[in-house]
Amino acid sequence: MSKYVLLRHRDIPNIKDLKVYQDQDGFKAFKKAVTSLDQGEVTEIVKASGLRGRGGAGFPTGLKWSFMDQDNWPHYVVANADESEPGTFKDREIIEENPLQFLEGVAIGSYAVGAQLAYIYLRGEFWQLAEFLDGKINELEKAGLLGENLFGTEYSLKIHTHLGAGAYICGEETALLESLEGKRGQPRLRPPFPPSFGLYGKPTVVNNVETFTNIPLIMENGAEWYRDLGTEDSAGVKVFSLSGRVKKPGNYELPFGSTYRELIFEHGGGILNDAQIKAIMPAGASSAILRASDKVLDTPLEYASIRKLGSDLGSGSVIVIDETISMDWVIKKTIDFFKHESCGKCTPCREGNYWMSYLTRKIHSGEKTEEQIQLLYDVASNIQGKCLCALGEFSVMGVLTSIDRFPEDFGREPIGSDKG
Amino acid sequence: MNDLLSKYPEEIKTILAKYPSEQKRSAVMPLLFLAQRKEGYIREQALSEISQILDIQETEVATLVGFYTLFHDGKTGIYHIQVCTDLCCALRGSEDFLTGLCEALEIKPGETSQDGMVTVEEVKCLAACDKAPMFQVQGKDGISYHENCNVDNTLEMIQEWRESGAAEQEETK
Ligand SMILES: Cc1cc2nc3c(=O)[nH]c(=O)nc-3n(C[C@H](O)[C@H](O)[C@H](O)COP(=O)(O)O)c2cc1C
Ligand code: SF4
Ligand code: FES
Repeated sequence: MSKYVLLRHRDIPNIKDLKVYQDQDGFKAFKKAVTSLDQGEVTEIVKASGLRGRGGAGFPTGLKWSFMDQDNWPHYVVANADESEPGTFKDREIIEENPLQFLEGVAIGSYAVGAQLAYIYLRGEFWQLAEFLDGKINELEKAGLLGENLFGTEYSLKIHTHLGAGAYICGEETALLESLEGKRGQPRLRPPFPPSFGLYGKPTVVNNVETFTNIPLIMENGAEWYRDLGTEDSAGVKVFSLSGRVKKPGNYELPFGSTYRELIFEHGGGILNDAQIKAIMPAGASSAILRASDKVLDTPLEYASIRKLGSDLGSGSVIVIDETISMDWVIKKTIDFFKHESCGKCTPCREGNYWMSYLTRKIHSGEKTEEQIQLLYDVASNIQGKCLCALGEFSVMGVLTSIDRFPEDFGREPIGSDKG
Repeated sequence: MNDLLSKYPEEIKTILAKYPSEQKRSAVMPLLFLAQRKEGYIREQALSEISQILDIQETEVATLVGFYTLFHDGKTGIYHIQVCTDLCCALRGSEDFLTGLCEALEIKPGETSQDGMVTVEEVKCLAACDKAPMFQVQGKDGISYHENCNVDNTLEMIQEWRESGAAEQEETK
């Protein structure tokens, strides 16, 4: 058996081939679900496994599935493969190397909520991946594993790919649904949430690629098996995308409860040129940035414990900053990103990012006056809590935490003791 | 006369079949990609052709071209080299790579080389942060990723395009 749950291609060569995948019991879980479990039972197993969404928000997956409005049909399933958060590159590896496990997860999820049509929304740049997936879907249809009347039952399922066209905001689930409907990708007001009002106004489950990829093995090995891999708070395993100033950037699948120290120093090989680690961005450009103290490095990676440190585990996109980098440059880069990606629908985010961009550039180019820094801090604070979607909230996290936790990089008094 | 429809009847049928028949509008982005396929940009005429196919307003099609960065409404270099200079890549030298490449091509970021062959642009994260410096090429044949690059091997690649471009021109003479 593979030591991986998700990145199984790393020790099972060619698992992307249907024959190999089936030799590894692939599509048995889907068949078992369709032929011997009713739909609610599948959802119950996923609920009991403790699986939480891997796209960032960490919402319990089974619970989301149980919210589907049973009085409004048809139901849809959408896999979110928009993957555009700086520092995130796990879904791409999963789809490239272990596509059938992902597709089987989508199929099981579709069965669980009674959807007969599922879409995989990929960022436009993943054009080749979409063609690759189309080929796999085709193969599955030919093998009778997708399509009409599956395994001799009433249940039918079609899966289609759909390409975005370059807009980070389309990763936000309601913007994604707008985009899939052929409109500009701008978030909807919520509630209602997709399980009651989703694609074409119908109940829809949206889950991340990695979330779905967990499902087949949970069905095969049971909820308890999955829970036991992780910790009380955070069940199972997670793929961490490690990037920035480390020797060996890449994706690492680790059980929850591992530490940043293990991730960065054991797996990632330590810091480039053996410099000192300075900061950790736990969740890509959207992170509340952590000062890398011993306490932070030894904290178990779990949703709750990272929150306690004053950040979020998010999608597990760990960007490492070392002593050679100044935080005023880091926030100039993150704001560059958010200013570019703000969809423009609401004023605080659109105008606020414009201002933050102006100020972070000015500060980075040398105008580190207390006045400019306080102004930047005030602008960021004023955006908080006033945005229609989380992008606006994300944009200020890096700015506020950099100024708060790394004052010395902004010409302010360093904090005396390391509060971590 | 609907050029798009007569050029790509099969492709269009396949695209439309993906969506519920009363939700044809969902096909608008795939059709825009199709319209952009050959020339790398979307002609104005294609907008009205798409609006006809989907029974929607032409302006609704046009706003999408403006909203999504992968759609182009004007001719630029045949190949767009789009270098990721977002945070993680910049932490691994992508800004220096961009500067070096542009210097070698004697252009600034955002400009097109003298022979009209390549446009070099900066873009945001492409989900390849562990393989910087990296860029994607948007060209006649879709989008391809190039990872762990340096200026020398990138220039070699451009030279190959130039040679094959010259060969193509010979052929069509
Ligand atoms: C600005 C923004 C960008 C997002 N980008 C992605 C993304 O690229 N992929 C993803 O799965 N979720 C993304 N999300 C989260 C989705 O809105 C949604 O919560 C997620 O797809 C649900 O799936 P999960 O429960 O399996 O995580 C994004 C959210 C926001 C606010
Ligand atoms: S917060 Fe920003 S990205 Fe989100 S809807 Fe408002 S303008 Fe658009
Ligand atoms: S930051 Fe460049 S690919 Fe992610």
